[in-house]
Amino acid sequence: MKLYEYLAKGRLKAQGIPVPPGVLCRTPDEVAQALDEICPAAVKAQVLVGGRGKAGGIKFATNPEEGRKVASEILGMNLKGYTVEQVYVEGKIDVEREFYVSVTVDRNARKPLIMASSHGGVEIEDVEDKYIVRRHVDEAFGMQGYLARDIAAEMGLEGDIAKQVAVILQKLYEVFRAEDAELVEINPLVVSGGKVIAADARLNIDDAALFRHKDLPTVAEGTELELKVKEIGLAFVQLDGDIAVMANGAGMAMATLDALQHFGGKPANFLDAGGGASVEPTAQAMGVLVSMKPKAIFVNIFGGITRCDDVANAIVQAKQTQGIPVPLVVRLVGTNEQQGVEILRREGIEAFREMSEAAAKAVELAGEVR
Amino acid sequence: MAIIIDQDTRVVVQGMTGNQGSFHTGQMVKYGTNVVAGTSPNKYGQDHDGIPVFASVREAVLERGANASIVFVPAAFAKDAAFEAIDAGCKVVVMIPEHIPVQDSILIVEYARFRGAKVVGPNTYGVISPGKAKMGIMPNHIYAPGPVGLVARSGTLSYEIAAALTQAGLGQSTAIGMGGDPVVGQVFNDILHQFEKDTETKACVLVGEIGGSAEEEAAEFIKTMTKPVVAYLAGRAAPPGKRMGHAGAIIERGRGTLESKRKALEAAGVTVVEMPWEVAPAVKKLLG
Repeated sequence: MKLYEYLAKGRLKAQGIPVPPGVLCRTPDEVAQALDEICPAAVKAQVLVGGRGKAGGIKFATNPEEGRKVASEILGMNLKGYTVEQVYVEGKIDVEREFYVSVTVDRNARKPLIMASSHGGVEIEDVEDKYIVRRHVDEAFGMQGYLARDIAAEMGLEGDIAKQVAVILQKLYEVFRAEDAELVEINPLVVSGGKVIAADARLNIDDAALFRHKDLPTVAEGTELELKVKEIGLAFVQLDGDIAVMANGAGMAMATLDALQHFGGKPANFLDAGGGASVEPTAQAMGVLVSMKPKAIFVNIFGGITRCDDVANAIVQAKQTQGIPVPLVVRLVGTNEQQGVEILRREGIEAFREMSEAAAKAVELAGEVR
Repeated sequence: MAIIIDQDTRVVVQGMTGNQGSFHTGQMVKYGTNVVAGTSPNKYGQDHDGIPVFASVREAVLERGANASIVFVPAAFAKDAAFEAIDAGCKVVVMIPEHIPVQDSILIVEYARFRGAKVVGPNTYGVISPGKAKMGIMPNHIYAPGPVGLVARSGTLSYEIAAALTQAGLGQSTAIGMGGDPVVGQVFNDILHQFEKDTETKACVLVGEIGGSAEEEAAEFIKTMTKPVVAYLAGRAAPPGKRMGHAGAIIERGRGTLESKRKALEAAGVTVVEMPWEVAPAVKKLLG
């Protein structure tokens, strides 16, 4: 889960990392009031999309009246599909130098990875490799002082600035651990009047660890449909094709999309019905697929823990309650296959055994033969 | 022979009396697995379908000689359970739960390295050496003993391919789920090392996915392998930056793409097939 900028900065500040002064505001009046204290200031839309500045979500103000004016422009605006409900009023700082620092999980080394560069302020992917310092931390033992000093030196920093950056690196690692972060990033980390300050920050929390962070406000991300399926408890991603798909297991669901594409079809979604889903959520998921108004629906099940008769009953339930007004292709093999096939046959649905034949048929019925 | 587990593996089930633990213990026993003990924080001191339930893995090791653990406890308690099993001396720990915090997984993997234990998963369907033993939640009937070493990230997709192999008369030495999480214990590389040494294994099947670079790393080792490898990679139709259910299956920042994996594997001499149903015929051809 991504955190809003103001929350991320709050977490950094709590760990002792210097951040610019800032206040969260919901109305133009609050913004004007904030500018009495913090001036000049940047008024920043609190939305979880990149490129806010270019899209008009960040504006500057040098007095309370100007603050009120820009706030009324930003609050309520639609920023890449998200309505701006809050702005963060933050003291403007004079930037002398910009750095990049982050801590993330290196899934290959299976260790936390610190990345740092004295070339900050841009996307780290655009920085040449030779300018990026990369060092791993043994999580069991934690980050030691020498490592932070080493990294600052490798960044080419000296004197007091190097010392400040080293302290910030250690504190950043503490944020990473304390917050169960997948990523904590300061970009840019700036030098302003001899002080090193976190000018912008990103903090992504591991969804699986949210049970340890109940104080965090949850921010729902995704399209309306995605959120609806999430409520049923299934993994769902909306795509831009027209064959709606349900499969069991994430790998199987991906392979199903691949198979449709292989025969020239365009999948409308990714839906993992889970390895053992029961009738009710599966029927609800079918309902979601129908509501997408696809050209065809393809259900691809290899029953291991999932029982084919459960899936068949879910399909029948969806058909009887809301109807399935588009061509439906079902591939059903595995546990209780015979019962499942019989249940569908009584409803006039002939299940396939082979994934390849079924995928080809779904593409054909959607009128997309290559 | 087989890898990781066989008929001599003595299994303790952590969280045996829960819904999942109880059902799958039954399935494992049915398959002939030597399940010697279970643990439960509340129901210790009794028998569960004839298997003694203990309060700790340490007791299961001391009293029943358990040497491998399968974990069914809720994700929030999984780190503790894994540490307990490793500390008690289990050399194999199979982690079934999904949604374990990634920083917990990092610590589990570090501790396992430190103590010389093998962690399978988390978020895995487990490991099965057909005809000998299974530690996992895979269906029993789709496997058969034979020469193919199968390693996959994903459960159902792996079942699909195992069933096709079996149907084609190609049994498996061991089939193992690496797990769908970003951080897991045994990765393709570790598993292929063991298949290369295993006398029963004659060919390997690798079922990969977009995201991470475990496939690319495996390719480095495959260059030195004597046994043929067939690979299928899922996720070519997945758009970048979208999470496809598995926390692992996400393409970010241009890394972990299907193309980079395919190129690395092909350069290592792997037969990379386009679709899952092409795996079994490709293996058949290689084994002659």
